[in-house]
Amino acid sequence: MTATTTSARSDLSELGRSETALRTFLHGLPGVDQVGAEQRAAQLGTRSIKTTAKAQAIDLAIRMVDLTTLEGADTPGKVRALAAKALRPDPADPSCPHVGAVCVYPAMVPYVAEVLGGSGVHLASVATAFPSGQAPLEIKLADTRAAVAAGADEIDMVINRGAFLAGRYKEVYDEIVATKEACGDAHLKVILETGELATYDNVRRASWLAMLAGGDFIKTSTGKVPVAATLPVTLVMLEAVRDFRAATGRQVGVKPAGGIKTTKDAIKYLVMVNETVGPDWLDPDWFRFGASSLLNDLLMQRTKLTTGVYSGPDYFTLD
Amino acid sequence: MSERVAVRKTYKLFIGGKFPRSESGRSYLVQSSNVSLASRKDARDAVVAARAAVKGWAGATAYNRGQILYRAAEMLEGRREQFVALGIPGDEVDAAVDRWVWYAGWADKLAQVYGGANPVAGPYFNISAPEPTGVVAVVAPERPALLGLVSVIAPAIVTGNTVVVAASPSEPLAAVTLAEVLATSDLPGGVVNILTGAITETAPALAAHMDVNAIDLTGVTDASLATELEVKAAENLKRVLRPAPAGHDWSGDPGVTRMTALLETKTVWHPKGV
Repeated sequence: MTATTTSARSDLSELGRSETALRTFLHGLPGVDQVGAEQRAAQLGTRSIKTTAKAQAIDLAIRMVDLTTLEGADTPGKVRALAAKALRPDPADPSCPHVGAVCVYPAMVPYVAEVLGGSGVHLASVATAFPSGQAPLEIKLADTRAAVAAGADEIDMVINRGAFLAGRYKEVYDEIVATKEACGDAHLKVILETGELATYDNVRRASWLAMLAGGDFIKTSTGKVPVAATLPVTLVMLEAVRDFRAATGRQVGVKPAGGIKTTKDAIKYLVMVNETVGPDWLDPDWFRFGASSLLNDLLMQRTKLTTGVYSGPDYFTLD
Repeated sequence: MSERVAVRKTYKLFIGGKFPRSESGRSYLVQSSNVSLASRKDARDAVVAARAAVKGWAGATAYNRGQILYRAAEMLEGRREQFVALGIPGDEVDAAVDRWVWYAGWADKLAQVYGGANPVAGPYFNISAPEPTGVVAVVAPERPALLGLVSVIAPAIVTGNTVVVAASPSEPLAAVTLAEVLATSDLPGGVVNILTGAITETAPALAAHMDVNAIDLTGVTDASLATELEVKAAENLKRVLRPAPAGHDWSGDPGVTRMTALLETKTVWHPKGV
């Protein structure tokens, strides 16, 4: 068994050298049983998490939130307010933990950096011609370097879905490698945009491709297409990171993003993480939620647990 | 031919225009039927539905609200026999329809009667207009099951509020049937939400809920419970309608106080042109 793993390790590092090797490997991955994956995800969603376990899950989920605003209408004032909220999500309760990161467009990074400086809350920026990824490579890399230079310590890149779907895996691979290099010390999250990949098999292949190329995190979606993160898609990605660690020894994080709005949804994801990849991933360093409205629902549920009274949206900031 | 098997009705809750079972899965036997026993989580879901409906309902024109309520009265009239079969006296059904129509008529008249121009010492037009309070929790009277219910729901919603009603625990069938009337009368989902079950379970959750703007305690007969609910309601300064100690006379002139108690007044200063 050890021998297989070792040989697999050396094989994997060679894969990026040729289109054929990549294709052979990715198409050699076992297919995803669609019905099975959906049923498994639905089944894990029925777990009931109550009282102290729920309180713990809510605090963990808050620490995992990548508080995101990616609007054309973002202003320095708005992102500063968002960053302030990231530091103290519930101003009325000092025991409430801070969120995992703030996620903004590169142009907004300097304003967020002013507020977050040294607080332990990470600063993520989308880059590489987000959300479509349809731009020349030089522009994508310049985008990435600019974001890092401005103070981002996490970069959310989008893969080139056009190339991926056309079967040009080497091109996608090389872009991720180049972006990883442009990131320097910053963490690289690779957005697969699963809503555009059509099948779970493609999600599994894209996950492996992103991990082979050096991504530190794989992320489901941009939040800009109708189908965002779903439980089955995240399940497939979690299985991929688990198998990848078994094969190479390197741990990769997972970030579902878009469409996760309620505490109930978030807890379903946490249950799935625990059951699929285990407690090693139940940490903000290895699992994140890309979300904006989720945080308010988490805070309302948290308030309910601490005060015993249902709270309302009037008592929390809108963004 | 085998004998036909009767199809018995399941009486469920009415939340957001839909008829869900209680999230707790519980029901209780009353009036020879199984009726959902609402939990505090159902109350929470109902408040969420009611809050979501406020914008559309309060934003609709008064004329439009009135027309929708007239339509509900027509539907109520059409279901007269069904209510009679539930044991509601025919006179009471007629009175309930009349009460509904009477309140519906107020929709586009209340602003003229309770709003107006205020004389001020300055070059301004100063205008006050009534506005809905928002989400109103209502504890419906135990009986009369239909007339009492109509007499608390109609005045709350005619002005643009949305309601979460805790129905009479001992006679809930009329409330669920009224929900069926409302579900078929163009009333947007979530404007009226009806919970059946124990008042002692749902009312405290509603009274304490921070996203409820007013509570009508008319149906609370236990004085200590009424006090407890009022204390909970004080947390976010809900408007409170207290139960009448001597009981209510539902057959008499309803008056406008039930409507005006659930309103805010918006006053606008507008400079006079030269």
